[in-house]
Amino acid sequence: MYNYPDSNGHFGPYGGIYVAETLMDALEELRTAYEHYRNDPEFIAEFEHDLRYYVGRPSPIYHAKRWSDQLGGAQIYLKREDLNHTGAHKVNNTVGQALLAKRMGKRRVIAETGAGQHGVATATVAARLGMECVVYMGAEDMQRQSPNVFRMKLLGATVVPVHSGSKTLKDALNEAMRDWVTNIEDTFYIIGTVAGPHPYPAMVRDFNAVVSRESISQMPDVAGRLPDAVIACVGGGSNAMGAFYHYIDVPNVRLIGVEAGGYGLETGKHAAPLTTHSPIGVLHGNKTCLMQDADGQIVETHSISAGLDYPGVGPEHAWLRDSGRAEYVAINDDEALAAFNNLCRYEGIIPALESSHALAHAAKIAPTMSKDTVLLVNLSGRGDKDINTVAKLQGITL
Amino acid sequence: MSRIQTTFANLAQQQRKALIPFITAGDPEPGLTVPLMHALVEAGADVLELGVPFSDPMADGPTIQRASERALKHHVGLHHVLDMVAEFRQRDAATPVVLMGYGNPIEAMSWEAFARRCAEVGVDGVLTVDFPPEESHEAFRHLETHGLDPIFLLAPTTREDRVERIAALARGYVYYVSLKGVTGAGHLDLSAIAEKIPQLRKHIKVPIGVGFGIRDAATALAVAKLCDGVVVGSRIVQEIENSMPDTVVSNVSTLVKELKQAVDQARGESK
Repeated sequence: MYNYPDSNGHFGPYGGIYVAETLMDALEELRTAYEHYRNDPEFIAEFEHDLRYYVGRPSPIYHAKRWSDQLGGAQIYLKREDLNHTGAHKVNNTVGQALLAKRMGKRRVIAETGAGQHGVATATVAARLGMECVVYMGAEDMQRQSPNVFRMKLLGATVVPVHSGSKTLKDALNEAMRDWVTNIEDTFYIIGTVAGPHPYPAMVRDFNAVVSRESISQMPDVAGRLPDAVIACVGGGSNAMGAFYHYIDVPNVRLIGVEAGGYGLETGKHAAPLTTHSPIGVLHGNKTCLMQDADGQIVETHSISAGLDYPGVGPEHAWLRDSGRAEYVAINDDEALAAFNNLCRYEGIIPALESSHALAHAAKIAPTMSKDTVLLVNLSGRGDKDINTVAKLQGITL
Repeated sequence: MSRIQTTFANLAQQQRKALIPFITAGDPEPGLTVPLMHALVEAGADVLELGVPFSDPMADGPTIQRASERALKHHVGLHHVLDMVAEFRQRDAATPVVLMGYGNPIEAMSWEAFARRCAEVGVDGVLTVDFPPEESHEAFRHLETHGLDPIFLLAPTTREDRVERIAALARGYVYYVSLKGVTGAGHLDLSAIAEKIPQLRKHIKVPIGVGFGIRDAATALAVAKLCDGVVVGSRIVQEIENSMPDTVVSNVSTLVKELKQAVDQARGESK
C-alpha cells in the first residue's frame, strides 16, 4: 500500500519543511487543522457537496474517437477537467483549501499564479465565501495571460504584479510567501500546486485526487476497462498527482508525466527538471529536483505555457520517478502547439497549452500502439485563456 | 573558545552590547566586499553577518532582494563568498564572521565540502534561513565536525517547546527576529521584544541578538537595552544602494559609527 509522505512530509529524500522560523508555527497550525478536517465527515461532506453543485463534478470522460482514428493506434480518452467551473482542475484544490481556511477562522486568502488558472480559482472561492483575496502574479505572466488577470479583478481579487527575478511563477511564489509571513494571523496561503512545505504537497494532492477517484470508476463504463496509461502534464504537478493518485497501487497502469520541453531539452530553455535529471535542491519550502546552475542559483525556465514554466516540481513526482512507479518525458513548445490545433480541429475542444503537452505525448505514442490500447489523458484545463498566445505565434493580432 | 564566544565574553565583561551589521557579499560589486568588511569592523562592528546571494530570497524584503540581484549580476556564488572571507582573514583574525543565506547554494556544494571550506577560510557561524532544525541533522553533523556554530532564528511565533529544542542545539548566539514579516519591514514593537526576551532566556543560554526593523541610532539603542546584540541589515544595505562606488565605504562607515555610539549607550543596561 502506497503511503507517502511520512509524518514529516518526506517522500523518500524529497519534500519536508524548509522555511524560515517565522513560518514554522503557521505550518504546524495548518498541519494540525488539515489532519483533523481531512477525517471530519462534515468537512468531507461539504467539500463533496461543493465539488458536485459548484464545480460541476463528476467531470465526464470523453472518447476522442475521431482524433484516435486519425492517429491510427491507441484509443485516447480525455478526463474533462476543462469542463469544471473556472475551466481547469485548479478549482478542486481551492474549494478544499478555502473551506479549510474558513474553518481555521482566516478572513483573508492569498495565492500565487502562473497561467492565472489557480488565481482565478482562488478568487472565485474567495468571492463565494466573502474573503479578501490577493493574488501574486509575475509581471511577464500578467501580459501572457491578460484575460485571466481581468477575470480575477472581476471576482473582486487584488492582483499584484511581481517584478523581481524572472517575473514568472517562482517569483510570484516568493512574493506570496513574503505576504504570508507578514500577515500570518489572519491570512491563509492557498498554494496552487503539489509543492511547498509540508503539508501542502499532500493536501493539494488529496484535494485533486478526486480526478483519479472518479476516473477509476468511470473507465470500466466508458472504455470497458481501466486505462493502460494515464498521461498528464507536469509543471508543479497538481493535475498529474490528482490524475495518478488512485492508480498508484493498481498494477499495469502506466503513469506518464509530461514536462515542458520548451525550445528543446538540448537548448537548455525548458522546464523539465525530472526528464533532465536536475540535481536535488531546496526551493519554496521543499526538497526536490531543481533546475539550477553550479552555484545553486535557480535558473530561468522557458515554456510556451505559463502554467508549466517552473524550475522545480512537486516532491512526490520526484519520488515517483525514483521509485520507478511513474515515468516522465518532455514535449517541446511546437509539439504542444500541434496537439493544441489538432484537438481543436478533430474534436472541437480548445485545450489549455499546459494540457496540450499531455495530449502531444499521447499523440506521439498512440500510433505505435495497438488499437485496443487505452490511453487516458487528463485534459486539465480549457484553452480560452491561451488564444492571445496562440494568435501571436501565428502572427495574428486579435 | 570560538571567536564568537570570545567576542561575546569580552563584551559581557565590559557590560557592552554587540553591534552585528549585515551586508550581502558582492554588493554593490565583488571588489568592495572585503574593504566594506574591514570598514565595518573599524567603525565598531563586533560580529559580521555576510549574506550569500541567492536567486530566490523568500524571507527577504525588497532591499536585500535587490542586493542579491546586484551581487548575482557579478555571478557572486558561494565559492566567491568563501574566498572573500579568506581575504578578509589575512588582515583580521579576531572578528567573527557569520555566513547568512539560503540552503540551496550549500546543498549544491554539499554540506561536507562547505563546512570544510568554511573552517579553512575562517568562517565562524552559519545561519541557513530556510533550514529549520528538523531538516538540519546532516548540516549540523558537518558544521560540528569543523567547529562551526549553527546560528538559529527565533520568531515572535516560536512556541516555548520549540525554543527549548532550539536552545539545545544553538551555539554562538541566536538571532531573534523582532517582528513578523520579511527583512526591512518597518514598525518595531519594543514592548513585545521586552516581554519576549526574558521568556527566551529561560531556555537560551547563548547570547541573544535582535534584528529586523532597526533603522537608526534611536531604535538601535532601544533594542540594545533589551538584549545582547543588535543586528542591522536592510538599513546598511540601503546605504550601499544609495551610495556611489567611491563613497560607499565612507558612507557605510559613518552610519555604522552612529549605530555603534547608540549601542554603546546601552552599556551596563541589565539584560
